[in-house]
Amino acid sequence: MLEINCIKKTFNAGTINEKKALNGVTLKLEEGDFCTVIGGNGSGKSTTLNAVAGVWPVDSGSIKIGGVDVTGLCEHKRAKYLGRVFQDPMTGTTATMEIQENLALAARRGQSRSLKWGITKQEREEYHELLKMLDLGLEDRMTSKVGLLSGGQRQALTLLMATLKKPHVLLLDEHTAALDPKTAAKVLELSDKIISENKLTALMVTHNMHDAIVHGNKIVMMNNGRIIFEASGEEKKKLTVEDLLKKFEEDGGASTINDSMILG
Amino acid sequence: MNIMTLVNALPGSVAQGLIWGILAIGVYITYKILDFADLTVDGSLGTGGAVAVVLIVNGVPVPLAIVCAFLAGCLAGLVTGLLNTLLGIPGILAGILTQLALYSINLDIMGQANTAINVDKYPLFMSLRFIPMTILKGVIVVALLIAVLYWFFGTEYGFTIRATGCNSNMARAQGINTKKSTVIALILSNGLVGLAGGLLAQYQGNADVNMGRGAIVIGLAAVIIGEVFGELILGKHLNFSGRLAFTAIGAIIYFIVIQIVLWLGLSTQNTKLFSAIVVAVFLAVPYIKRASKNSFRAAAKKSAGNVNEKGGSENA
Ligand SMILES: Nc1ncnc2c1ncn2[C@@H]1O[C@H](COP(=O)(O)OP(=O)(O)O)[C@@H](O)[C@H]1O
Ligand SMILES: [Mg+2]
Repeated sequence: MLEINCIKKTFNAGTINEKKALNGVTLKLEEGDFCTVIGGNGSGKSTTLNAVAGVWPVDSGSIKIGGVDVTGLCEHKRAKYLGRVFQDPMTGTTATMEIQENLALAARRGQSRSLKWGITKQEREEYHELLKMLDLGLEDRMTSKVGLLSGGQRQALTLLMATLKKPHVLLLDEHTAALDPKTAAKVLELSDKIISENKLTALMVTHNMHDAIVHGNKIVMMNNGRIIFEASGEEKKKLTVEDLLKKFEEDGGASTINDSMILG
Repeated sequence: MNIMTLVNALPGSVAQGLIWGILAIGVYITYKILDFADLTVDGSLGTGGAVAVVLIVNGVPVPLAIVCAFLAGCLAGLVTGLLNTLLGIPGILAGILTQLALYSINLDIMGQANTAINVDKYPLFMSLRFIPMTILKGVIVVALLIAVLYWFFGTEYGFTIRATGCNSNMARAQGINTKKSTVIALILSNGLVGLAGGLLAQYQGNADVNMGRGAIVIGLAAVIIGEVFGELILGKHLNFSGRLAFTAIGAIIYFIVIQIVLWLGLSTQNTKLFSAIVVAVFLAVPYIKRASKNSFRAAAKKSAGNVNEKGGSENA
């Protein structure tokens, strides 16, 4: 479903700020794969997800989604294949628009927009049912501006928006990192539920090694813009945090690890 | 100071306010919805005026001339939009460039700095010689515009502009071409400004190359004054159409205030100074309010207060 083939990206090439962020990342996800991504700060996790999303063009390599080569498509054209949830709860939603209007925007992801009403009555009823599922009481606040919601509520809404129209690939970039532990656990649980119920293909960056082991059927570890370890299926299930730490040390990446990644 | 001179002047202020209200609604689209400080306005107002007057003088039917004023404004917005999105020129600068270019273009359109148009010779849509009629028509035009914009910003297309203005990252993640929505909003906004220019030139009986100087400040003043009054009067019930209506009301209030300060003795040449001060004050008030609640000085005072309290209880 997702084929990342030896992508490279250098930021600010030729300046003193030159940063080789991706040094040939290759990753293949089959349909229904739920892959977690771990790695130290600055190892290229977000950059990998941004490359898939088309935030900027890659320097070399190719990206295929569902068999379509999207390497040459810009961000808004790729959006029809992707659902995205970001680290910052502010990024995924439009604060000045209503909850239901945000959902309506997401429902039209990848469609050409016209002069038809931005939200229909039938949609409102559908969204009411969907919001109930979140169990946050948002179904009674559908006309509230999203700016009034808490970070956790916004992330849950963003998750719903990202999957409202089934994406070929769901990209989650440390989407619980900005939340308090209790809310983070809730949003993560919700992510798991949505991914498994809809059999989504997902790529989830997390800061927390334990979460990375517990969730999904595949794990990749990044360091210095490369994938240094990959495991799936039974092999992944048997992994422990200690195993992952050892892999990091072998690759000289231990210094980029901090306590929060181990302790959660 | 005869109060009657003021009272007699007020209908004119209302008429003027309604016409500038159209411009202010255009400014609302860029400044509030798109979050883009668009200075094209100072040029496109004059463009609308020049186009309308020159066409009418050359025998084009007035309604058609007004439509052309709107379209000329749209074109100006398109230029700013392309400078910004296609060539990567920062929004404010893109607007300034277009505005400057329009100064020459407006002169070219008229072939002179000022073109007069006489309401006795041409069937003008509005004129300061017929103020009640102008007010009536102004209200109708503003009401129609609000209805159309209310509809437009409720459509899928309108949603894309609102999302782009508030959070362009999110908009792109939803497959919205944010460059395109930026351009469309600028076109629409300057179209309204051009329309306002076309009407204003008829109202005042001439198009002048300087008629748009400082227009953005008047537009902003109207938006801000309208917002303050709208929130004061309607509070939570202030919806989108209410905000647009209050923007036009803000323009009317602005011209009434100007009339009052003129009556109080401010000289005409100082009205722009006055406008700039009014807008600066209105823009600063929310900031100062927030800052005073959230300042280091306040924190220091509170902290000192706590120490004293503690000290007091220890002594007791
Ligand atoms: N848009 C950008 N411009 C310049 N440098 C960037 C950009 N995005 C990421 N980087 C750099 O690339 C490296 C990898 O960043 P990132 O992928 O965000 O790390 P992480 O694994 O923590 O998500 C970092 O050194 C970061 O500073
Ligand atoms: Mg990151």
